[in-house]
Amino acid sequence: MKISKGILEMIYEQAEAEAPLEACGYLAGKEDVITSHYKMTNVDKSETHFSLDPKEQFQVAKSVRADGSDLIAVYHSHPASPARPSEEDIRLAHDSSIIYVIVSLENEKRTCGAFTIKNGMVTPEPLDIV
Amino acid sequence: MRLTINGKEETVSDVVNIADLLKIRGIETPEMVSVELNSEILNRVDFETTQLKENDQIEFLFFMGGGQTRG
Repeated sequence: MKISKGILEMIYEQAEAEAPLEACGYLAGKEDVITSHYKMTNVDKSETHFSLDPKEQFQVAKSVRADGSDLIAVYHSHPASPARPSEEDIRLAHDSSIIYVIVSLENEKRTCGAFTIKNGMVTPEPLDIV
Repeated sequence: MRLTINGKEETVSDVVNIADLLKIRGIETPEMVSVELNSEILNRVDFETTQLKENDQIEFLFFMGGGQTRG
């Protein structure tokens, strides 16, 4: 998956602005190139959990489709843990077609990772920051 | 029956309700899916009782959630 430094920077800024709560959103584009970033509401408003709002999900899905793009990835932040899927992330990952991006702010250091998750199996996805 | 599913017109057969549709689309965890029928979000408990009709517009997507490891 290819993502620009600019979009990644916006995700980190969102994560830092919303910390200590988890932040979340969608990434859209064509094939494996991210071209758009959609901030979403974490309806859980939690430091350790996130859920997207289905109503917002449908709005974004339709908007992305109208732009001729696809939803490629969903992202969320781990304000105080590493940029890898937690047991809870894996348990709740039911969409094997989407890439799960996690940004971490652990120890005030920005890191990120991308993964696919299918039947509980996590596979790192190459992340090309361009 | 002709339906519009996630923006694409499709013809489906042997489908009576939302649960049937999710099943033929290979959704193994319908309890983790949100469905919008003609712009109204459905309750999951109604998937089996909500009948589909010609030209219905259906959107479905997976619940997205998770969390960081505690401690």
